[in-house]
Amino acid sequence: MSQNTLFDKVWDLHKVSSLPGGSDQIFIGLHLIHEVTSPQAFGALKDKNLKVKFPERTVATVDHIVPTDNQSRPFKDNLAEQMIETLEKNCLEHKIRFFNIGSGNQGIVHVVAPELGLTQPGMTIACGDSHTSTHGAFGSIAFGIGTSQVRDVLATQTIAMNKLKVRQIWCDNKLSKGVYAKDLVLHIINKLGVKAGAGFAYEFAGPAIDELSMEERMTICNMSIEGGARCGYINPDEKTFSYIKNKLCAPKNKYWDKAITWWDSIKSDENSIYDDVIKLDASKVEPTVTWGITPGQSIGINQKIPLLDDLSPNDQFIAEEAFEYMGFNPGQSIKDTPVDVCFIGSCTNGRISDLRVAAEVLKDKKVYKEVKAFVVPGSEKVAIQAKQEGLDMIFKDSGFQWREPGCSMCLAMNSDKLIGNEISASSSNRNFKGRQGSPNGRTLLMSPAMVAAAAINGKVSDVREFMKK
Amino acid sequence: MKSKFTPPIGKITQINGQCISLIGNDIDTDRIIPARFLKCVNFDLLGESVFEDDRETLKGSHPFDLEENKNATILIVNSNFGCGSSREHAPQALMRWGIKAIIGESFADIFYSNCIAIGIPCFTLSKKSIQEVQNNKDNKFLFLEIDLKNSLAKSKDLTLNLEIKESSRKMFLSGEWDATSTLLENEDFIENKLNCLPYLEFNSPIT
Ligand code: SF4
Repeated sequence: MSQNTLFDKVWDLHKVSSLPGGSDQIFIGLHLIHEVTSPQAFGALKDKNLKVKFPERTVATVDHIVPTDNQSRPFKDNLAEQMIETLEKNCLEHKIRFFNIGSGNQGIVHVVAPELGLTQPGMTIACGDSHTSTHGAFGSIAFGIGTSQVRDVLATQTIAMNKLKVRQIWCDNKLSKGVYAKDLVLHIINKLGVKAGAGFAYEFAGPAIDELSMEERMTICNMSIEGGARCGYINPDEKTFSYIKNKLCAPKNKYWDKAITWWDSIKSDENSIYDDVIKLDASKVEPTVTWGITPGQSIGINQKIPLLDDLSPNDQFIAEEAFEYMGFNPGQSIKDTPVDVCFIGSCTNGRISDLRVAAEVLKDKKVYKEVKAFVVPGSEKVAIQAKQEGLDMIFKDSGFQWREPGCSMCLAMNSDKLIGNEISASSSNRNFKGRQGSPNGRTLLMSPAMVAAAAINGKVSDVREFMKK
Repeated sequence: MKSKFTPPIGKITQINGQCISLIGNDIDTDRIIPARFLKCVNFDLLGESVFEDDRETLKGSHPFDLEENKNATILIVNSNFGCGSSREHAPQALMRWGIKAIIGESFADIFYSNCIAIGIPCFTLSKKSIQEVQNNKDNKFLFLEIDLKNSLAKSKDLTLNLEIKESSRKMFLSGEWDATSTLLENEDFIENKLNCLPYLEFNSPIT
């Protein structure tokens, strides 16, 4: 059993009671909600005649269903309009702070909370969304919950949960040029498998992780869930503190030093005990692309799609399903695969640094004529910042469409969808069957820089070739 | 036409029913219920759309479309079932279609807790036993009697030792799987916790 890790310390601090049966009742320091997974929870509160216990510990925004072309109200899609209205009504009724469209702080919930300084080390954070693991980048214990648990958090500010085990993933050396956090995390998921994280929290550590910016760390923790880990985290350091400093909800003045002292104290101790430790060499990671229907089915850009015999018996089944769905052959290259759509955005890679990297690749270049490319900033703040830096113009000049913030084609609940069996190069996090809105649409996950490279060439490309020139 | 849906309440000690097999690893919640069906403010209509895209692709031959399965209540799956999105819409859709219990090689964490929270016990079994059940020629008429007290599933000529997390098993047996009321019992402790968390003292209020 793990001891003295950040996870243990934060868990113990937030434990309210041991429940009959062996799970723990855990206090949730910050609860985030959005329009898709909260309405039924508010409905259940009403049915049980319960109130929101600590409305000030819940913050709302709208992201999944918002259109990214025309955001004027009412939305053209009646169902989407009904969902945002329900959230507005619930927040108003229960006095929950809601960052609506046009507030300057709306966006994908996992992009917005860190920007506001809401996400801080040592907290427990829950949201009815599996990518809540993102917030672990700050040294918080953050995990996705279902709607019934959203109801529990609203009603009690606590949930019932079994304590997780802790696996440290130690990343040696550093990433080479043209290789990003996205490549590293895809590589990790490929090595460990998509279900290895079940029952675990992942602690990402080592020189390669220390080197990453906060936004890159968010990309890593974001995808913990794709490796089966409900929560992933990184111990806080100077970078964490300076990211938080001066944000809207950050500790101020005399509280700042107090906060730092406490944040320092909750890091994993030197002599922590882990349930498991895995080491890997980050310098060996190449730009990585998925070829299948799970985020674990990925290869380096210069590798070939595996043969069935190369895979463990457990992985063969889903590989066969993937070959058939994707229309790829075992042993074929992923490089030069033609793409129809290029999408930059999502809570994995829709932050300002992602847009900067992609814009650098796209500068003075044109999107390949048959490719439909669009960029969806992760939040209104990201959009504003990008415009100040002129990134929107670089995207537009290259032929990318510049959109309004939201989840968009990460899960296609708005009108941005693949059509038929189109293939997209996507900076998002899931390549599941049908994920991007068409029941036979196909998704290749990669870093934003790689999406930009694919957009220019009209096919999967090695972004490092753009960097040499 | 299925009979009207009534959600489970209270103690769950016994589940008897016909099995339905769904073969495949890593079946994610986007497949169980595609995102376009999440545009709803309640779960009422989800049962009709469970596995919609997979069913559409298989044009009538998906297990959830076969006439012989229409009264099935126990779903038999392989490994990492329910991975991906946290959407509780996925178990809600299964439940509204008629599923009352799931037996599989393994489940994704969030999916598992969502199932427990709405009263669907999820059991694990070894890969070998699952395959035995799934390959059983008479599978379409395999009826199981699941006994939660002893974690056993029995049919005419089969006895399976099921595994389930002890905490979940106890919750179902005592009827306390609907966590809200149990959590509310500790109101004083919750208040105390709120008052002793360091970051709540030094945080700026959300304005
Ligand atoms: S961007 Fe995608 S993964 Fe992230 S919260 Fe939105 S839909 Fe979920």
